[in-house]
Amino acid sequence: MAKYLLIESRDPFVAANVGHYYELASGLVKDGNEVTLFLVQNGVLPARKSTQSQPLADLAKAGVEVLADEFSLRERGITTDRMVEGVKSSPLDIVIDQLAEGRKTLWH
Amino acid sequence: MALKILSIVESAYRATLEEQDDPILWISHALKGAGADITVLLRGNAVNYAVKGQDASGLSFGDKKQTHPPNLEHDLTSFAGKGVKVFIVQDDVAERGLERTDLIDGLESSSRSKVAGMLNDYDQIWHW
Amino acid sequence: MSDKPTLTFCLMDPPYENARSTTALRLVDIAARRGYNINVFAYEGAVGLPFLAQKAHPNKVHGRDAEEEDHPLPKDWIAALTKTAADNGGKLAWINCGLCVDERGVHEALEGVTRGTPGDLLKWAESSTNTLIIGTH
Repeated sequence: MAKYLLIESRDPFVAANVGHYYELASGLVKDGNEVTLFLVQNGVLPARKSTQSQPLADLAKAGVEVLADEFSLRERGITTDRMVEGVKSSPLDIVIDQLAEGRKTLWH
Repeated sequence: MALKILSIVESAYRATLEEQDDPILWISHALKGAGADITVLLRGNAVNYAVKGQDASGLSFGDKKQTHPPNLEHDLTSFAGKGVKVFIVQDDVAERGLERTDLIDGLESSSRSKVAGMLNDYDQIWHW
Repeated sequence: MSDKPTLTFCLMDPPYENARSTTALRLVDIAARRGYNINVFAYEGAVGLPFLAQKAHPNKVHGRDAEEEDHPLPKDWIAALTKTAADNGGKLAWINCGLCVDERGVHEALEGVTRGTPGDLLKWAESSTNTLIIGTH
């Protein structure tokens, strides 16, 4: 199977289609692909435990590597102790690593 | 072998009046003309681009009239003549209160649950 | 021949309107520091990023003159990224979509920025390690 990097820059508090993007990540991993979901910009907002965080925790449990840009987290005052389980802070470098590795990469 | 590209169009009616085109449908046509092996997938609000009877004519600003309003139906239909397949996500169609008869002919059907499987058929996914 | 990756980015956002343009340049920065070959195809509003006539201004709300404010100008960031890529053995190539430049009137661009078409994006995509499209909405 293939490796994917899905970058999510939007948040479910304002954009209804973010949920569909999470579903895409879930569908890809269920199909046996290796999937990283990288949250950046306002995409990190649901990483702070909230009414919109459970889908991210579910994705992590399902085998998606859920990462959140450490700069975007810091910019929004989201500390690791407030983050939902399964989401890890990560440098943006991972995106370049995975692009260079040849992963199919989508930006939302 | 040519790169197989899936061009996913989700955002809709963003700058279509000023550009007289949807910039992503436009660039997809241009890429095909340049030799790309490209397939288009409409999802989200972009499924509305497939609706018959869209009419953006009649705009004027002072005495400056728009002479070539966007014709997105035609832009989608003309992909077929170039051998470009256009898929549409049926769940997004239904959510927007649309029936199959509201849409242009020639579209290939997909669903949210099928999109993941589709991605494996392409070398690159250009999600606009 | 370099064995370092070549990455192609397609950007759409104009400066100052969305976080996407900054994140895109952050990605280019990481790749530039690694000495990668980087291609940026600027489509739609992104052709404004290397516009030469960008000018810094003071910030009266914060009581800063122009020099103190040191307001970011994307053209300066791009010039710095071009240098960083070269200093590390790589290259940043930037093509502005020509029709997008014409309709926006942003013809004066940084030295090294060239004018092109979607065919250039395709050529780059076909010859790169990978391509990332950062669309707008």
